[in-house]
Amino acid sequence: MLVLFFGFAALLVVCSLLVVLHKNPVTSALFLVLAFSALAGIYLLQGAEFLGLVQIVVYAGAIMVLFLFVIMYLNLQHDVETGVQTAVRRGIGWLAGAALLLVATTLLRRGWALGPANEQVPAMEHGNVAAIGKVLYSRYLFPFEITSILLLVAMVGVIVIARGRARTAGEGAR
Amino acid sequence: MTQIPLSWLIALSAIVFTIGVVGVLVRRNALIIFMSIELMLNAANLAFVSFASHLKSLDGQIFVFFVMTVAAAEVAIGLAIIVQLFRLRETVFVDEIHLLKG
Repeated sequence: MLVLFFGFAALLVVCSLLVVLHKNPVTSALFLVLAFSALAGIYLLQGAEFLGLVQIVVYAGAIMVLFLFVIMYLNLQHDVETGVQTAVRRGIGWLAGAALLLVATTLLRRGWALGPANEQVPAMEHGNVAAIGKVLYSRYLFPFEITSILLLVAMVGVIVIARGRARTAGEGAR
Repeated sequence: MTQIPLSWLIALSAIVFTIGVVGVLVRRNALIIFMSIELMLNAANLAFVSFASHLKSLDGQIFVFFVMTVAAAEVAIGLAIIVQLFRLRETVFVDEIHLLKG
């Protein structure tokens, strides 16, 4: 169990670093797929089966396909990142990252107490999908419906944005 | 079934979040910046799932589900904006998009 966790964690960190550092956007996107899959493995290890599968379907499937499609549609070349200004900004970026990690470690090393654990353990015989479904469709029904409206709005918004300006201008002139 | 210590999971989440922040600050390709934002969202999701499984509660997992939905909507809108930006300016490098700079 711990070995698996360390394997997935190492895969996650290495792939995330490569996403940030690799020059080719397509390779970055593929490493991001690998990072999401490692994260799904960590979810499964923690007993969150539903989220692990949703992570693979939604992130590694849908979102990354969208990313790859846009990268290939735009036909991006390798990044050319040279010049003093870029170097300075890159140094500042790494410095800020190191500072953030320092803050995180100092905060984590201080004592922090969690609230009491939930005594009533949800039914876990066949994974937690049934339990999540019950909670999602009872207590969180209203947010769930709001989410569906959000997705509808996003879909309409994407169509309006990506349709282009030419046709809209033509309709305005008519 | 041994539990993974909570502090390790939170540390892993902090590391991934920091990598995402560095990616946003260091790169200038808008698509890579977007991927780094996705990394940060996933780090937050990992923290949610860790606390939820530690507290034996399902609420954190439900919240992660909502975060994923919002992330999907955000990615679709953001990529549409990037495509539109590329049509207008022929570039996705954020340095070269400085229309508001004055």
